[in-house]
Amino acid sequence: MTQAPSHIPQTQSLRDRASTFGLTLEEFDLVTENMGRVPNALEAAIFGAMWSEHCGYKNSRPLFSKFPTTGPQVLQGPGENAGVVDIGEGYAVAFKMESHNHPSAVEPFQGAATGVGGILRDIFAMGARPFAVLDSLRFGELSSKRTQFLLHGVVEGISHYGNCIGVPTVGGEVTFHKSFEENPLVNVMALGLMKHEELSKGTMGAVGNKIIYVGSKTGRDGLGGAVFASADLSDASQADRPAVQVGDPFMEKLLLEATLAVIQAGVVAGVQDMGAAGLVSSTTEMAYRAGLGVNLYLDKVPCREEGMVPMEMCLSESQERMILVPVPGKEAEMFKLLEKFELEVVEIGEVADHNMYRLYWHGEVVGDMPVAALNEAPKYTREGVESLEIIAKRELEINESNAPIPSDLKKVWLELLSHPSIASKRPIFERYDHQVMTNTVVLPGAADAAVLRIKGTTKGVAATSDCNPRWVYLDPYVGAASAVAEAARNLACVGARPLAITDNLNFGNPHLPEVYYQLQKATDGIAAACLVLDTPVTGGNVSLYNQYTETAPDGGKRTVAIHPTPTIGMVGVLADISKRATQGFKREGDLILLLGANTDELGASQYLESIFGLEAGQVPKLDLQYEKKVQDTVISLISRGLCDTAHDVSDGGLAITLAEMCISGNLGAEVAIDLELDGVSRVDAVLFGEAQSRIVIAVHYNDYEEVLGILDQAEIDFQTLGTVSGDELVISENLEEQEEVRILMSATLEELKTTFEAPLRAVMG
Amino acid sequence: MKTAVIQFPGSNCDMDSWHVAQNLLGDAELVWHSESSLPKCDLVWLPGGFSYGDHLRTGAIAALSPIMREVKAHAERGGLVLGICNGFQILTEAGMLEGALMRNNSLHFLCHDVHLKVERSDTAFTNTYTAGDVLRIPIAHNEGSYYADADTLERLEQEHRVVFRYSTEQGQTMPEGNPNGSLNNIAGIINARGNVLGMMPHPERATEELLGSSDGFKLFESLLNSLAVT
Repeated sequence: MTQAPSHIPQTQSLRDRASTFGLTLEEFDLVTENMGRVPNALEAAIFGAMWSEHCGYKNSRPLFSKFPTTGPQVLQGPGENAGVVDIGEGYAVAFKMESHNHPSAVEPFQGAATGVGGILRDIFAMGARPFAVLDSLRFGELSSKRTQFLLHGVVEGISHYGNCIGVPTVGGEVTFHKSFEENPLVNVMALGLMKHEELSKGTMGAVGNKIIYVGSKTGRDGLGGAVFASADLSDASQADRPAVQVGDPFMEKLLLEATLAVIQAGVVAGVQDMGAAGLVSSTTEMAYRAGLGVNLYLDKVPCREEGMVPMEMCLSESQERMILVPVPGKEAEMFKLLEKFELEVVEIGEVADHNMYRLYWHGEVVGDMPVAALNEAPKYTREGVESLEIIAKRELEINESNAPIPSDLKKVWLELLSHPSIASKRPIFERYDHQVMTNTVVLPGAADAAVLRIKGTTKGVAATSDCNPRWVYLDPYVGAASAVAEAARNLACVGARPLAITDNLNFGNPHLPEVYYQLQKATDGIAAACLVLDTPVTGGNVSLYNQYTETAPDGGKRTVAIHPTPTIGMVGVLADISKRATQGFKREGDLILLLGANTDELGASQYLESIFGLEAGQVPKLDLQYEKKVQDTVISLISRGLCDTAHDVSDGGLAITLAEMCISGNLGAEVAIDLELDGVSRVDAVLFGEAQSRIVIAVHYNDYEEVLGILDQAEIDFQTLGTVSGDELVISENLEEQEEVRILMSATLEELKTTFEAPLRAVMG
Repeated sequence: MKTAVIQFPGSNCDMDSWHVAQNLLGDAELVWHSESSLPKCDLVWLPGGFSYGDHLRTGAIAALSPIMREVKAHAERGGLVLGICNGFQILTEAGMLEGALMRNNSLHFLCHDVHLKVERSDTAFTNTYTAGDVLRIPIAHNEGSYYADADTLERLEQEHRVVFRYSTEQGQTMPEGNPNGSLNNIAGIINARGNVLGMMPHPERATEELLGSSDGFKLFESLLNSLAVT
């Protein structure tokens, strides 16, 4: 047994200070047991980082076992830097989503920028060239000064990093709700393209292989970031600003080109980016996958400043750094190829036949830990209990007394259209380069998903991210399943067949039974939906402790948890990109149809929240088999070239969907709804309710009969709503078996556009 | 037609430019900035991006790259040079075109389609357009506000050196169509000899209807045309 290195002082109180390393006393004792001795401070800190939720998934990993993770389309499932799916013709797409919530809460510009940088490294570590970024952002109320500060910072950070490195930001979502006031969510998803044979993995290969450090020098930024991300935010978090990393997209661009160059040259046996917990997590993970040990010589690590100590080198989260393991005998060739990029390239260690993570500092062993123990964080299964408060909200009956049907429907309609979560995001996405790489076929805001062409093929790749936190809050199982269903529906609406998902689970503190319950139920819901929709989970990220403890003026503490937000990132494929759909109406005279059924459901809607202040009611029912039929039908219509206009019904309901289709297409429409036909009693449920599995399409009148024939066979509900015409959207109601028509509300295109564009323009400028 | 696309560290439209040059102009080669010679070529293309991470000033460091001596020599021999976005910034920093590109007046990066009025159709880059044509082409830049001192600006105008101007959809060159505060709505200028063009908008992103606009296609058609004539 190796003795604890002597020159690091062993104090009696190291165990008492376990919490400063992010370890509980029990965990500290477990470390001692695993090591056969008491760890020194460096070792305790390394265990603390590796066993943090961010790296070790100790609370969430047990919940993942129920996810479907395999399928013929999956080339790489969970456990690597990113998941990989086959898109045919020898091409594959690597994709993953990751959060940078806590850094963005204290330093929004760098927090968001390094969020982009981190996920891009995960993609090119797989050997894929990043070709698209999507951002899923959640903030507090738009009117708050803090939200505006965070929004500006996050958008500028994403813009700064993504634009400079030259990967287009093609989509995502931005929504606003007071639960995110202090703790915003910044989830970034990236996609990369590769040939099958370019797939690279984060492994050390064999004994004797060299471990090469490439990229920026190591500095004191981002120290303890993984631990910081795995604790509640508080008033004191501002003092943790040094835990936020600083990004340099120029360096990342060089690192990207350098990494892909050596992978394509076939001189690399293993690649891993230095992300959370930096040097330590990257090298131990690689060693663990290979079932081997490593010797690392910390004094060789390139440092930004003098006087840095082993602890800082090990746990710094300085950005733009990679670990490369060359193919034995190809070391010189690798060094030669890397020269062009003028990066730091240093051999810092080698793969060893012991199973230890052995750290040297000027010839002396300063840390010596079993690789397996570092990578096998304890797993906690907790007892989940649903919050009584939430049950009461969900069970609340929505009726005429707490939600009377408004007399002025148009006022409600325009109010919803101008809700910042629904309103145009153009003032945000025009800050992002969404066209660099010349693949972006469907631009942000033009459809439910982004579509990129694959040069040299007829194929397209579609991507989207989705989650409705209010739904997950009120019903974590249905809400999370719905996030998967809506992501798939988004892809179907552009004509893409969904392939697989990555998930980003943003929740509060799992030690609270109410939060753990949400996590349990949400993962159950995701698993169920992925199974039916045939979209396996290929990886993801967990961000817990998204809650904020503040001190009230009276000195009392108050905890504000976010609405649980399991963001789903989904990728799909179009066999022939010329057969695709976008949401804007295309031609006067097209027939507008609704696929799926209107219902009386009003629960959990944006309408109830915005108009009646009710965050309540049942989340609309989700029948996954039915959902799949609706999606298959619309994909079939689009891929046959019978439909080029489709948009799903989601936040704000049918009336908002139709308005968006008019605004995007710059064309009006005449539409009539029929309560009797729908079997619905409340007109506002049809207009603003958020019943699931509904898609509005528009088809050319020459194709109308053929489309009806197909729909008749599809075993789904459908109805013809009206026609595309004029420069006004008129929504009427059929009365008495369609002999009479009553106009419910109408608005000119100009009125709709102005309402839709204004809210974010006013804040973003 | 043979094109040399120069790659600076941080160029990010290099492959887009290569793709268009290869497909529309015939043959293209990538040339790393530290090279001290150019391959035999008709056109040198300085692509968009963030050369050297925009450190110091956009284009300032790239303008000192070893390959730029060769690019200047190529231009002095009468060879064609096209600088788009960061390429335009590099050309002004290298003294191959007058003026400078300053931060957008909004102080934000902007990516959206703009309308461009073609001012001249008698150049190697625009001979298949008609003067007065209005094009729809995307911009994507943070420093695109064209500036030159009053004398230079007057000289540029007198010598008809402005090739593209930001305009409204109807082709009016007025503040309404100006996305970044460029003086005289200038989006692209040419040197006196007529063989070096710099422009901020991205015609290489607008050569296919699949990507939303093909209004940039004729710029490349013009280059082929000019070679056929000479």
